[in-house]
Amino acid sequence: MTLDYEILKLIWWLLIGILLISFAITDGFDLGVGALIPFVGQSDEERRVLLNAVGPTWESNQVWLVTAVGALFAAWPLVYATAFSSFYFVLLLALGALFLRPVGFDYRSKLPNPRWRNAWDWGLFIGGVGPAFMFGIAVGNLFEGVPFYFDTDLRSYYTGSFLALLNPFALLTGIVSLSMLVMHGAVYLQLKTEDVIANRCQKAVIFSASVFLIGFITCGSQITFNLIGYQIETIGELNRALNPLDKSVYTALGAWMVNYQRFDWLWAIPTQVFLFTVLTVALSKRGKPGLAFITSSISIAGVIATVGLSLYPFLLPSSTHPDHSLTIWDSGSSFLTLKVLFWVTLFFVPIVITYTSWVYRILKGKVSVAKIRENQHTAY
Amino acid sequence: MITEEIVDLSRLQFAVTAMFHFLFVPLTIGLSLLLAIMESTYVMTEKQIYKDMTRFWGKLFAINFALGVTTGLTLEFQFGTNWAYYSHFVGDIFGVPLAVEGMLAFFLESTFIGLFFFGWDRLSPVQHLACTWLLALGTNLSALMILIANGWMQNPVGAVFNFETMRMEVTNFAEVIFNPVAQVKFVHTVAAGYCTGAMFVLGISAYYLLNQRDLGFAIRSFTIAAGFGLAGSLSVIVLGDESGYTDGQIQKVKLAAIEAEWETSDPPAPFTLFGFPDQKNMETHYAIKIPWVLGLIATRSVDVPVVGIREILIENKQKIRKGMIAYELLERLKAGDDGPKIRKIFLEYQPYLGYGLLLKKYTENVTNATEAQILLAAQDTIPQVEPLFWSFRLMVACGFAMLFIFGVAFYACSTQRVMQYRWLQWIALYAIPLPWIASELGWFVAEYGRQPWTIAEILPTHLSVSTRTTEELYMSLAGFIIFYTLLFIIEIFLMFKYARLGPSSLHTGRYYYEKVGGAA
Repeated sequence: MTLDYEILKLIWWLLIGILLISFAITDGFDLGVGALIPFVGQSDEERRVLLNAVGPTWESNQVWLVTAVGALFAAWPLVYATAFSSFYFVLLLALGALFLRPVGFDYRSKLPNPRWRNAWDWGLFIGGVGPAFMFGIAVGNLFEGVPFYFDTDLRSYYTGSFLALLNPFALLTGIVSLSMLVMHGAVYLQLKTEDVIANRCQKAVIFSASVFLIGFITCGSQITFNLIGYQIETIGELNRALNPLDKSVYTALGAWMVNYQRFDWLWAIPTQVFLFTVLTVALSKRGKPGLAFITSSISIAGVIATVGLSLYPFLLPSSTHPDHSLTIWDSGSSFLTLKVLFWVTLFFVPIVITYTSWVYRILKGKVSVAKIRENQHTAY
Repeated sequence: MITEEIVDLSRLQFAVTAMFHFLFVPLTIGLSLLLAIMESTYVMTEKQIYKDMTRFWGKLFAINFALGVTTGLTLEFQFGTNWAYYSHFVGDIFGVPLAVEGMLAFFLESTFIGLFFFGWDRLSPVQHLACTWLLALGTNLSALMILIANGWMQNPVGAVFNFETMRMEVTNFAEVIFNPVAQVKFVHTVAAGYCTGAMFVLGISAYYLLNQRDLGFAIRSFTIAAGFGLAGSLSVIVLGDESGYTDGQIQKVKLAAIEAEWETSDPPAPFTLFGFPDQKNMETHYAIKIPWVLGLIATRSVDVPVVGIREILIENKQKIRKGMIAYELLERLKAGDDGPKIRKIFLEYQPYLGYGLLLKKYTENVTNATEAQILLAAQDTIPQVEPLFWSFRLMVACGFAMLFIFGVAFYACSTQRVMQYRWLQWIALYAIPLPWIASELGWFVAEYGRQPWTIAEILPTHLSVSTRTTEELYMSLAGFIIFYTLLFIIEIFLMFKYARLGPSSLHTGRYYYEKVGGAA
């Protein structure tokens, strides 16, 4: 198999998926921990335990987001441009919430004043909930299609409003995303803490996993029975550079299920999400948070894979001009860019994974109230 | 519809967020390396005080770093949210260094900063030192990737326009990476960062000296900063001169605007040290000129002329006319009239397409633009001279002031007279803002001087924006300003608090506020 343009377009669909999955699995639990801080931590010291459970590594995890967005820009410029300008306030709100994390982690414990610390705890809460929820809303809107079109210069025009992005289905996907990451965060905290805090985390796992599963199944049935899906009718030679205006697309109720009808075995992915989430709850309950962390990671990967496979080959469908929708075939960068960046990614990502894992090994072990007291001037 | 107001607001928002971001970046670049130097001294000498220095300056580093990360995210999002057409048009090239920055640099920086703060008890001294160096390396590599991206905006090499996809596409990555503009900008920018880190440490150490406390700690910090700062400020000036030379070769308009060089004078051109540029009449009032200097800086020769604005204006009118032809050919290609002959002619006129696009600001009908519209577009190609002229001179003045301060400080350290020179301590303390002023002015000159283009001679700023409404832009701009102001107040408050507290904030029991009498 040669690395032709068509294969590269497909590879980049996989790579962006992998980068997003890496972000959701690593920084996902940091976001979940942020959302849990005010509830699981009931005293200043308990909250510091939670902060320090993720403190030394959250920054590195966030780089998966930075890398995924950078790769999106480089590999699918038109998707990056159109999605980011269309989802304007959704992304700026997510960004505003993300602002609160670096400062929240670093500044919170620099002053002893309880009001200062409490304010930052809520800041970190918003920093966790906001992005998790907003990214979910963006995904919901992908399924519904986004009202945009291009002129012949390929300048995009968004014709919807901000509030239109906050529709019921998108709010539901927002809740799915949030509850999924809260579950993941709770599992991680259970792994990194002990006694009473770990017990509270375990309860949070049950609650969030239930919300997540109900939401995930509801979304699935909405997509199957109530949502208009998109499929390509005609498109040019896939191995060439294509202009997104040169194709035709049809829409039909339930058309997002076409890939599953075509390949039965794809059902394994959403089914896997269900099974591994149940398994996560069971393992967490049995006091095996290490294994539960693995199963919840697999479950998260499954959710993102389900989204990708349902939409495939679409990346950003247009609800008002379906023919202008962006797909993996007509929104990628040039052959040379995709090729070079593919090798660069293949080279660097394993190196990154190697040293970040080494750092996790160095920092392994539980965080406790006693340890916070011991290091109260250096800990977060 | 793109209005002037949308373009101006988008530019203002980018300027505010980018310049705010760059309040934190140079200190991160410089201080990370200083931390690595201090810790290396600790590992080599095994003297506890160098560890304390690394940890204390590291605390201040963290306060600054948090806002650097926060505000950096905005920029990565903003190309998409507010500069969508730009992102589409050049993402094929411009996106690549941003993606690589994440994988190559930002991961290093963000992973090892965790171990820098929390790894002291879990790592051997050498292992920890390695982490600190990797942190510094990541920070500097990050600057390299960003400046490769920025350098390409100034000098877009190794890429070509593809009418089928309506965008620029890369033809040669090596040219993009080894772009001379990117390379000189990188070294100039990191050297500016080193000056910032050094001035920060020098000034705060001087504050302890003035207050007669933690003297051993302060003198050592002062000495390292003086040496590092002297090297940094010498490099920043020498490499800035290199920048001037590259501008003379590649960005002739920017150079002419910075120097208020209205006419092409007989080589070697004189340098206008001072004067009042008057763009309307294209002359500089009360100009004080030094013969030969500009010619030497810009061309490194005595016989090559530095092209003046008047001449550039005439050239650019010609380029706009060729751009109109390129635009007409592009319209025909887009309409499906793409035989080999028309492709060949288009290839010939394609380099001027950007100049044709400049007319879009004045007319939709580029092909039949009037003489008046051509003149307006040509005038747009000359950036506003006065702000560039003054910003540049102020930046250079800051640079030389820093060279002087570091020079004297270094002399005082090597002759062990720092304690006697109280005036030097005062100057060092109040000179802390200098490198920040210089950096902000430098970026202003670089980016404002690039107007009216986002990608020099290829894509006009006017066409680069997203099609959002003015209301939305006012809202997001107000949001950024309010949020950033709050964060800035908090950051400055903490920075002052910890800088005043000094090494006592480490709670080692060895420093001023932890001891009665406060001996160092």
